[in-house]
Amino acid sequence: MEPYYHSVRLDKDKCEGCIHCIQRCPTQAIRVRNGKAIIVAERCIDCGECIRVCPHKAKIAERDSLEELAKFTYTVALPAPSLYGQIANLKDINALLSALKALGFDDVFEVSAAAERISSATKKFLKENPDFPRPVISSACPVICRLISVCFPNLIEHILPLHSPMEEAGRMAREKAMRETGLKAEQIGIFFITPCPAKVTAIRHPLESEKSNLDGALAMNDIYPALVGKLGKLAEAEELQSAGLIGISWGMTGGEASGILSEDALAVDGIENCMKLLEEIEDEKLRDIEFIELNACSGGCVGGVLTAENPFIAKARLQHLRKYLPVAMNRASAEEMRGVLTAEKLPEPVPALRLADNLQEAMEKMNRLNAILETFPRLDCGTCGAPTCRALAEDIVRGYTTEQDCIFRIKEELESTGLGQAAEDLIPPPFRKKK
Amino acid sequence: MEPLHLHYEVSGSDFTCAGEASGKIKRTLKSLGFSPAVIRNVAIAVYEAEINMVIHAGGGVIDVTIQPDEIVVVLKDTGPGIPDIDLAMQEGWSTAPENIRQLGFGAGMGLPNIKKYSDELKIDSTVGVGTTITITVRNPA
Repeated sequence: MEPYYHSVRLDKDKCEGCIHCIQRCPTQAIRVRNGKAIIVAERCIDCGECIRVCPHKAKIAERDSLEELAKFTYTVALPAPSLYGQIANLKDINALLSALKALGFDDVFEVSAAAERISSATKKFLKENPDFPRPVISSACPVICRLISVCFPNLIEHILPLHSPMEEAGRMAREKAMRETGLKAEQIGIFFITPCPAKVTAIRHPLESEKSNLDGALAMNDIYPALVGKLGKLAEAEELQSAGLIGISWGMTGGEASGILSEDALAVDGIENCMKLLEEIEDEKLRDIEFIELNACSGGCVGGVLTAENPFIAKARLQHLRKYLPVAMNRASAEEMRGVLTAEKLPEPVPALRLADNLQEAMEKMNRLNAILETFPRLDCGTCGAPTCRALAEDIVRGYTTEQDCIFRIKEELESTGLGQAAEDLIPPPFRKKK
Repeated sequence: MEPLHLHYEVSGSDFTCAGEASGKIKRTLKSLGFSPAVIRNVAIAVYEAEINMVIHAGGGVIDVTIQPDEIVVVLKDTGPGIPDIDLAMQEGWSTAPENIRQLGFGAGMGLPNIKKYSDELKIDSTVGVGTTITITVRNPA
């Protein structure tokens, strides 16, 4: 296993070397070198913003295909609640689950059922642990957990130490399958139907345990056409549904927070908003908030980059679908909250932002960085392949590149060779001085 | 060992900018690899002091000196000054105007919080001249 596995990858052949991705990446994890983007593995949090923004479709998400199912004797599909919002005119969730099963699975287990157990356990956790650092931050969005590891390691202690609904669903589904079939654990394949690449990463390189309870992840937008096809031909829907309103609501922003049934719970979405909020938690400005649900994607999981439908439409559909469901059909006991639902471990800090291992060396580098930065134009034009002048200065002191990457430095050198106005004309129009 | 100096000008005209300098200081300390506890103490103390500077003094300048064993932050303004520092240090004492309180600030916890999160706090203030606050946070070896 690579030390920092990522689902988000570059398709080198498609990359044109433009700078859309470097300026959109929230952790400044991308550089462009020799006409191709490079993703810095320690910094990448698999948010998929680069996939969203790449005009050449050169950013891709590694995921599994339906062919993987053949490796197992018995397979179970675990649909994320956001899947229910992908289908137009869906009246019966059982119909969708039956169509999903018909894609080649032996059973279907709703992640929303496990989500209701996490909601129930979270309520108990908050009540039983008044001294746990507030606000408690949800552990459900893997992008947020990785963002905290890389950019806000101080806040790891705020992360809810419970498993994500996906992992709990994986555990429950495997136990159910073993019970019903008598098969061994390894003969059963558990596949998540994912709205985002971060969940693919979370399965292959989990933060909450040594090994994931899942065997793979299929992208919603991959199975979407076949799923709609099966749904159209479905003769009869099987009774597969086992979750209520709270579970399904986890597919969109506010669902998890409202499941806590507390007025002091907050829900935030969009990676930039989440980062601002994490800054505020660091500065202890949100001491009165009990619980915070953070979703890296706008709209929540319905906004994931591997979904098929517009997130606003998907959200409206989820709201419609949940209307006549019972509030919740699953709960967890306090013993389960302290037992099976407790995460094996917390995310570990990733020292990607540190300039050096020891303070002395880091300070020397910071002094150099600031001095170099003074000489840059601070336009953050991206022509050097780094997202900001500061990021370039940082790359220089880390020894990755030199000041020659800056187009203004090149211009100065040309001027010093006596080129004068000709040098001015060589740089792109936005950067020329007024005549 | 050359200490690291940072300098920020804090504008007094825009409320929403308050916290920018303390945010930048925090990010610098993170890239240097200071411990989470030290970073938190500096971030909170400087944020509170920066807010005070904006609310009461119309902005000012912040100078930071970072050394491996301690971080010293000097916040200097040319505002109205503090007539009674002992009174100002009391929890809940506030002279913030109503419009500021409506924004959730001015609860009278600024200076007490700065004291709580710093290892040393020095306040030099002259009415009509201005206030200089020196915050020291030590980094235990």
